[in-house]
Amino acid sequence: MIASTIRKAVIAALWLAFLTFPLMVVKVNTLKDLVEWRWINLAWVLYSGFFASLVWQVLYQYRKTKKADDEDDPSLQGLSLGDRLMVSLKDPYVLVLLFALAYFVGLYPLVSFEFWRWSCKIALAVLAAKLAYKLFLVKKVRSCSAVMKESPLSKPILFAVLGIAVIYFPFSVDSYQVNIMVLALIYVVLGLGLNITVGLAGLLDLGYIAFFAVGAYTYGLLNTHFGLDFWICLPLGGLIGTFFGVLLGLPILRLRGDYLAIVTLGFGMIAHQVLTNWTDVFKGNLGIHKIERPGFFGMEMDLAQATTYTYFLVVLLVIGTIFVTNRLKDSRIGRAWMALREDEIACVAMGIDMARTKLSAYAFGAFWAGTVGVIFAARNTSINPNSFTFLESAIVLSIVVLGGMGSIFGVIIAALVMMLMPEYLRDIGEYRWLVFGAVMVLMMIFRPQGLIANQRRTYKYEGAKGEES
Amino acid sequence: MSFLDFDWEYFLLLFAGGLVKGSIYALIALGYTMVYGIIQLINFAHGEIYMIGAFVALMVSGVLTIYGFSGVSILVLAAIVAMIYAAAYGFTLERIAYRPLRGAPRLSPLISAIGMSLFLQNYVMLSQTPDFLRFPSLIPDFAFMEPIAHIINSVEVVILGTTVITMLGLTYLIKFTKVGKAMRATQQDMTMARLVGINSDRVISMTFVIGSVLAAIGGVLIASRLEQINFMIGFLAGVKAFTAAVLGGIGNIPGAVLGGLVLGLTESMAAGYISSAYEDVFAFGLLVLILTFRPAGLLGKAVKQKV
Amino acid sequence: MKKMRNVLGLVLGLSLALSTFAAAAGVKLAVVGPHSGDLAPYGIPTKEAVEMYIAEVNKAGGVLGGEVEVLYLDSQCKPEIATNVAAKVASEKVNVVIGGICSGATKAALGIYKEAGVIAISPSATNPPLTQSGDYPNFYRTIAPDDEQGKMAANFVTGKLAAKKIALIHDKGDYGKGFVDFSKPVLEAAGAEIVMYEGITPGAMDYSAVVQKIRRERADAVVFGGYHPEASKLIAQMKKKRVKAPFIGPDGIKGNGFLEIAGKNAEGVYATGPMDVSSVAMNKDAKAAYQKAKNAEPGTFFDQGYAAVIAAIEAVKKAGSTDPKAIEAALKGSKFDTTLGTIGFSASGDATGVGFAVYQVQSGDFVEIK
Repeated sequence: MIASTIRKAVIAALWLAFLTFPLMVVKVNTLKDLVEWRWINLAWVLYSGFFASLVWQVLYQYRKTKKADDEDDPSLQGLSLGDRLMVSLKDPYVLVLLFALAYFVGLYPLVSFEFWRWSCKIALAVLAAKLAYKLFLVKKVRSCSAVMKESPLSKPILFAVLGIAVIYFPFSVDSYQVNIMVLALIYVVLGLGLNITVGLAGLLDLGYIAFFAVGAYTYGLLNTHFGLDFWICLPLGGLIGTFFGVLLGLPILRLRGDYLAIVTLGFGMIAHQVLTNWTDVFKGNLGIHKIERPGFFGMEMDLAQATTYTYFLVVLLVIGTIFVTNRLKDSRIGRAWMALREDEIACVAMGIDMARTKLSAYAFGAFWAGTVGVIFAARNTSINPNSFTFLESAIVLSIVVLGGMGSIFGVIIAALVMMLMPEYLRDIGEYRWLVFGAVMVLMMIFRPQGLIANQRRTYKYEGAKGEES
Repeated sequence: MSFLDFDWEYFLLLFAGGLVKGSIYALIALGYTMVYGIIQLINFAHGEIYMIGAFVALMVSGVLTIYGFSGVSILVLAAIVAMIYAAAYGFTLERIAYRPLRGAPRLSPLISAIGMSLFLQNYVMLSQTPDFLRFPSLIPDFAFMEPIAHIINSVEVVILGTTVITMLGLTYLIKFTKVGKAMRATQQDMTMARLVGINSDRVISMTFVIGSVLAAIGGVLIASRLEQINFMIGFLAGVKAFTAAVLGGIGNIPGAVLGGLVLGLTESMAAGYISSAYEDVFAFGLLVLILTFRPAGLLGKAVKQKV
Repeated sequence: MKKMRNVLGLVLGLSLALSTFAAAAGVKLAVVGPHSGDLAPYGIPTKEAVEMYIAEVNKAGGVLGGEVEVLYLDSQCKPEIATNVAAKVASEKVNVVIGGICSGATKAALGIYKEAGVIAISPSATNPPLTQSGDYPNFYRTIAPDDEQGKMAANFVTGKLAAKKIALIHDKGDYGKGFVDFSKPVLEAAGAEIVMYEGITPGAMDYSAVVQKIRRERADAVVFGGYHPEASKLIAQMKKKRVKAPFIGPDGIKGNGFLEIAGKNAEGVYATGPMDVSSVAMNKDAKAAYQKAKNAEPGTFFDQGYAAVIAAIEAVKKAGSTDPKAIEAALKGSKFDTTLGTIGFSASGDATGVGFAVYQVQSGDFVEIK
């Protein structure tokens, strides 16, 4: 077992070294006819490939044998400490952490001492925490969370704490932090909107950002040309977004999943091109500038106040979106969407109007994008087509995917992570797409339900009293 | 404008340009369509294989130039190594990103594919450079072509020739070889194919390998025509080729070729007679139009869904 | 290798990088521009120039009795990121910004700088209204605006090249389209006929249709607005299609990047670019130091970035304080010895003493045409 695992890992590392050789090791300059051989990279690939393969194999094995999380682990109860340790060592997460520790320890000759020391320390700390949890705490924490779940007070308390944190946030940090939080919250709304189309109705939309652009340009144009107020444009942006959602939805009603993907991608690209090329109206790449910030009964605000004000506006919008999406999910139309996602033919056979259901999914998704687009334009005070490329569509899509399709809480967490991480980690900015790409793949394989799984509604019959869980 | 006033030479020039562009689209589109035909998956990362093929060819030709090889031998060796590597990448891609997801909901492998595409783009960018790189013009200018070089030059002749030969080879492979038969059987009914003893996993791997080799050929050809590459070339080419595959009816091999040519010619004509600023708008507009009237594409058959 | 290391460090970095906020006295600069993404080659040289110069200044004891602190902020040339960055600049109480690089993103950020009393000196934002509109009195630049460049190219085409039929091609960007649009009226005034005016999509697979159009219109000259990848693709296809019209582009193609990727096709191509400053002593020193440190030639806008940071530091020294009014007065009221020669700033913020010249590629290098 162990021998074959290691043999597989060695083969994987060698294969990876072969694959990456021309790109990681060789670098040519065809003008001066120079070749640079970066042999050190080969060592990196071999070494990292070996450990990556080990981790992969452990996770893959685990995925095959056991689908669910390690809920109450009966195998640990009533065992002596030593036996518990042995059982814990077979836990996939413990194994992965062990590999990570071994990996970092082995990095010694390749990286700076400072980096080595820190990475080893952190890996060791996480491993120790996990082991301690496994050995001593599992039962206690479980019972604690059970108490939390059952207590009638826990929910209101949680909301109160969250509410205070949200209100306190802009006053506790500088306006830069508030500003990026606004952007992150804008993406939360976008994620929630796309969640309706992709997560609930299962219609893949690769050009979602176009509706966002519609909202932003609605406000940008109406404000700079006709001086229309933010508050008039806010619903207008949403409505025009919806209109475009229906308009684009119409020709593609008959298309099935994969055709849909390419057509929506095409729409996104057409929208971007029109914004870029039709300079008489949209001002091309130069963009529209000096858009007004949202007003509050004509009050004069300086930059910091305006930022805080925008922050609360977006928070309200986020709450509104959550509320509406939540209600929608349980409504007739929400059920229809989910049914459509699961099986289109069966769904239509059950008498659900396919056209109306699909169009409404597009329309609702587009509505939120259009609305939040207006806020986006108002926040930036200037817009140009560069903010509405395919990459942005991909960001929103990965927010939905990482968050767990259909799960509202998951989408919020994913949006915050996706948008805030690069702001705080500017140094690793270059690598973020590499990591996101890999995470998208791994997520689909090892955790398709996303960060926070969508709780599917299940009905249990328990005697006379039906109960939802 | 009367018939004779029409600028036929200009039309011919645009036609030749569109044909060349279309045949590259067709080469890449074949990879999409073959994979889709068998496992109903849009291999979003296919464009990246094309890009990696071009990069590998660049590395090989760079190294060989320094060791004193010349002209055609570099071209042949670079193309062969590029094809081998593309095949290896295609194979690995399927093993890592798609095979574990067999039987998962339709959206999962697609998202995995988008993730893979992002990953490969950035992997090349980080391991090489975000700048454009010069790709040596490996195909020489033939002297006898000089009089008509403004219509079609030797690079373009090589592109067209290679495309035709590749298509013929592919047709032969699919129609008359054992692998081809297995592929067709798997495409028709995977369960049934398994029952009669076809190793469907191997057939799927084979499909990825063949598709990737075709993409690498396309990559080397287009790179030696444009004489430059960077890590993003795969994305736009991939999107266009995929459009071509859908246009012709995805899963249908002659359809991919037809779709590629139609798309290339449409773009060329739109750019020549209207404006190249809206080239892509026309390409996607055509796609939406055709799909509105023929939801299964030009040559695709509308499949009746059985319940 | 360093890159790989960073990838591996990502997970760890997550927890570590949150803890680096520190305050300091003295002068605070920020370098804003694209430091990642596809436009990074235009932003990084300025960053490197500032790094080099500030290291020297700090070694010599700093300014106003303290070390100069510099923040490097990546705007990616996107307005929404640029406003984030601008908010950060404002909240960190930065005195002078060196940047931004792209005109569009710079414009988005300038409003915030203005409210926060931050001065911006850009090495490369060439959009004319930035200075000429008077909206942004806090904006300065060490490069001449696009309209001068466009006019220069137009005069060259109708004068020296005596072209009558002109094809105008641009990449639809604010920079490229701006260049073409500014040359258009001058060309028309000189009696030339614009036979073609067209935008192309950057990154497209092929431009053969555009090239055929140039042939059909029998253009005597092609004026191109955009950057070097598209330019080299166009000239490669023009050459292949035997279209021999001379090709002239803006300073976006006048650099080593263009020579490297266009290779032999570059021969004979014209480009407008900042006046040749390679004979300026300070410029020679800076380039030699760069060569020594990185073993490579510095990239686009290195000279302009270097000049911008010199002007910023010298102005602060002259003002004797970090008060924005005093710095502005010093900027407008004095001359600076920089890598671009001796420059000053006009009342609107444009640099004086910098200008454009026309170059041609001759045996693999840009040679000024007098």
